Amino acid sequence: MKRMLVLGAGTAGTTVVNKLRPRLDKREWDITIVDQDAVHHYQPGYLFVPFGTYSPEEIVRPRERFIPPGVELVEGEIDVVKPDERVVQLTNGTVLDYDQLVIATGVTPRPDQTPGMVDEEWRRSIFDFYTLDGAVALRDALATWNGGRLVVHITELPIKCPVAPLEFAFLADAFLRERGIRDRVELVFVTPLDGAFTKPIASARLGGMLDERGIVLETDFMIERVDPSAKTLVSYDEREIPFDLLVTVPVNMGAEFVARSGLGDELNCVPVDKHTLLSTRYDNIFAVGDAADLPISKAGSTAHFSIELFAENFVHHVKGEPMTAAFDGHANCFVEAGDGKALLLDFNYDTQPLPGKYPLPVVGPFSLLEATTANHWGKHAFKWAYWNVLLPGRRLPLPALMTTAGKTREEVSQ
Amino acid sequence: MTLATMNGQDVHVDDEGFLTEYDEWDHELAKTLAANIGIELTDAHMNVLEFLRADYKEQGETATLRRVTTMGGTPTKELFRLFPKKPAKKMAYIAGLPKPVGCV
Repeated sequence: MKRMLVLGAGTAGTTVVNKLRPRLDKREWDITIVDQDAVHHYQPGYLFVPFGTYSPEEIVRPRERFIPPGVELVEGEIDVVKPDERVVQLTNGTVLDYDQLVIATGVTPRPDQTPGMVDEEWRRSIFDFYTLDGAVALRDALATWNGGRLVVHITELPIKCPVAPLEFAFLADAFLRERGIRDRVELVFVTPLDGAFTKPIASARLGGMLDERGIVLETDFMIERVDPSAKTLVSYDEREIPFDLLVTVPVNMGAEFVARSGLGDELNCVPVDKHTLLSTRYDNIFAVGDAADLPISKAGSTAHFSIELFAENFVHHVKGEPMTAAFDGHANCFVEAGDGKALLLDFNYDTQPLPGKYPLPVVGPFSLLEATTANHWGKHAFKWAYWNVLLPGRRLPLPALMTTAGKTREEVSQ
Repeated sequence: MTLATMNGQDVHVDDEGFLTEYDEWDHELAKTLAANIGIELTDAHMNVLEFLRADYKEQGETATLRRVTTMGGTPTKELFRLFPKKPAKKMAYIAGLPKPVGCV
């Protein structure tokens, strides 16, 4: 028997085993998936917890519910991968051998990497919302907050769902208006980028939305440290930004075992071929989802589209045949704008987000780069689709590769 | 893609003035590019530029600040001293490499 070993039972790992189990002969291939805990989080839901839109219970499910028959789920913490011996060692002493390894352990916010962040103000006036604990703590803080300077901050790119901090700012603006205290709040968005977003057209559009909402944009801010006693962010070039309430997105890093195993880059992500997800160093190791070093958004949609092609390629690869499907970096994301509206972005390695309709040209029903109610409902319907369609590896009615049909470049100059 | 003349030679640049041909770069050109943005090159600058050039050749992408710090060994604070305000962009410009993409 051969074994496909998948590390991490999050969005990417779970989708991989669901896609591959039906494609690999059960008499020939065992599939084992490892995770350090038993609970699957719907991570896109974190954004809505601080505003009370989603309860924590709505966005967690037991992992085992999404693991198909014929796949063994092992709970344990990964200690090290030994590529030359083709084994993975867990911290409890278990040793798992493999013929093909798929690393899907994602990235994790690491507030400990910024001096001063996790000191005495952590979870008092400094919060994150990329963890369930953080989102719940922030919900409680926001419910009783009386106003002041609310600073939304990105430490460093790349991060998971790079539009989520902007969405947080838009939703916070709407939330504070509803609470009737928006006029007592100075809302500031701090980014290491030179605009609201990287890609020019989306950046201009989203930057305009910050303006309309009276949200101050601070660009090119590379944080060196937090001064918790003075309640300021301090940059490498000695700019200071004071806050009363800080909502920060810490640097995102891959798992420590990736570094310990000598498989990671400077952020513990695994260098892979950007079209096939195969490790640049080992021809029996792949990295999927956020754990890979792909030059595109770390997002569930990227994982979803890339795994469609990965699954197709993988069955050829294990037979010694060439991999012919090539991932194009396709990603899309709904961007909540507040007040029941959302935008949609659709892009890949080569084409930036453009205005238009999606997935069908002209018809939509979703509008690209434009705030509509349909997009907002699309975003919320996605929670259902995540649990029921995406994780079980069923096909979403969306093509894996990006298309420019239905998109326009005319508005580029606006 | 347009042609610009620097130090008496034609070089290919994009619309922001970043060199688009890896092999058109040399140390003399680096001095000129640096002078364009008000930087006088020292050995400390050159160490960073050499790392960026070598890393790009291997990786096919311009290194991020973090990569220059962790793999190239120059502290971020020092990068801000050498290439004030926008080190990632300025380093890439002087090293004749594409502007680093914020991975989004």
